[in-house]
Amino acid sequence: MTTKPTTRPDYYAIAWRLPLIVWQGLFFVGPLLFMVAMSFFLVKNYRMEAAFQFSNWQRMLSKDFFWDAYFFTLWLALLATAITSVVAFPASYFLAFKASEKTRRWAIFFLIIPFFTSYLVRVFAWQVILAQSGVINAGLSFIGIGPWQMLNTQFGTMVGYLVLCLPLAVILQTFSLANIDTRLVEAAHNLGCGRLRAVFTVVMPLAKTGLVVAAVFCFILSFGDFVSPYYLGGSKPPTLSIMIVDTSKSGQQWPRAAVVAITMILTLLVVAFTAIGFAYRKRGK
Amino acid sequence: MKDDKLLRWVLAFYTALVFLFVFAPIAASLVFSFNSDRFPTIPLGTFTTDWYVKAFSNPEVWDAALRSLIVSSVTAVIATAIGFSAAYTDYRYDFRGKKAFLVLSLLPPTIPLIILALAMLGWLSMFHASGLTISIIIAHTVLCAPFAMAVIRLRLSQMDPNLEPAAWNLGASEWVTMKSVVIPFTLPSIIASLCLTAAVSFDEFAVAWFVSGLNKTVPVVILEILTGNIDPQVNAIGTAVFLVSITLVVIAQVLVMGRAKKPEAV
Repeated sequence: MTTKPTTRPDYYAIAWRLPLIVWQGLFFVGPLLFMVAMSFFLVKNYRMEAAFQFSNWQRMLSKDFFWDAYFFTLWLALLATAITSVVAFPASYFLAFKASEKTRRWAIFFLIIPFFTSYLVRVFAWQVILAQSGVINAGLSFIGIGPWQMLNTQFGTMVGYLVLCLPLAVILQTFSLANIDTRLVEAAHNLGCGRLRAVFTVVMPLAKTGLVVAAVFCFILSFGDFVSPYYLGGSKPPTLSIMIVDTSKSGQQWPRAAVVAITMILTLLVVAFTAIGFAYRKRGK
Repeated sequence: MKDDKLLRWVLAFYTALVFLFVFAPIAASLVFSFNSDRFPTIPLGTFTTDWYVKAFSNPEVWDAALRSLIVSSVTAVIATAIGFSAAYTDYRYDFRGKKAFLVLSLLPPTIPLIILALAMLGWLSMFHASGLTISIIIAHTVLCAPFAMAVIRLRLSQMDPNLEPAAWNLGASEWVTMKSVVIPFTLPSIIASLCLTAAVSFDEFAVAWFVSGLNKTVPVVILEILTGNIDPQVNAIGTAVFLVSITLVVIAQVLVMGRAKKPEAV
């Protein structure tokens, strides 16, 4: 007989482990797996029936409008990621290196606030600000230019994405920059490296991981957002997120919406893992 | 260095612009909510409280406000309880599959809300549980638990790891130690987590919109007004919602930041 230590199961430990596993298993993993199954279901007479058919996949993936929307969404999200990262960087640089400790704390405090306030209301405010007769165009006409069409354009969508991503990007970038050993930057200066060159060759490589993580979050947020492209971008052409709303809200085509959703998740996974792999890759040489 | 000072000012000015961009819409909706024009522009119209009167005499808004209040408070309690247990597990235990446990506990915020909304709608309708107030609570708890866990975990990492063993040595059971040592120590973060998760739930619209059916919350009402015409009522409702969220967030931040400094002072 093997001497198996018969330890009493640690009920205390299990009790603390269980709530999360049960809840997120039932209401997070469950729904996502079900969505995969749902993508093979059929819809008959506006009712969903369990089935195992590839027709939804075939139907969506063979259509040009799907791929148009796919690459359009990808393009918008990549553009938003690039713009947000670039716009956020000087501010993060200031907060991390030039501002006092106290200023930095307050800045982070304020940047967290929009995260918990209604994104919808903020987008609505921009809708009014950017409108043809809105605040910006009124200001422009005052100095004799405009009006410019800003609403219902890609520019409008980008403003919305920036509203969504900028605070988080600045927070994450600031944290990663603040962790840099500033003596390394000084050393570069002492060795005759110019300020701008030091930013590109010393600061950015050292903060690479944080900068990439910030960019990944921008990508995730803008790739999945349907509010900005709809209310500020005019939803023409539609993005994948708008397509999910349209197909599932009108027409009850949940299985087809599930196909769109799954392709989105796969894309996000590929992008996230590529980016994280890049972030943690050891520098060459 | 003169050059250095100039650069500092330029960067400071730039950062101020970034903050202006971030807070412009919040300020704008506050100003527009008291502005008489239906399509606000410069110069502003006259001061009015009409939009508030209009919004708050709408029974649908009150109905939604009450529902939002119920949903966000129940969500906050459940999410904080789950978040606490997950944070404590992460703090105290190392076990096989812990990595998977952590991934599961922190993953939900990285899935786009619209996808989660669709998945949740399909899943809940399979059990004929969509379109109810409780469906919103269930879905919001999934979203909020990770925030609760992060906030409470942060506080637990400030707890002296010898504190619990000390209590056990003095004869307290694990449950008693939990009640009289761990929970009192983490109380500020528990309250902060209640506030933050309530704020998240109070503002969430995508999932609520999909699973709520006819039981609309405030953000869903806002979404539906937005889909119609430009209506400054949204500014009035939005400002009111903003005041609720901001109060919750400020309380939470004061608790988290205020207590974070404490251990050094002791």
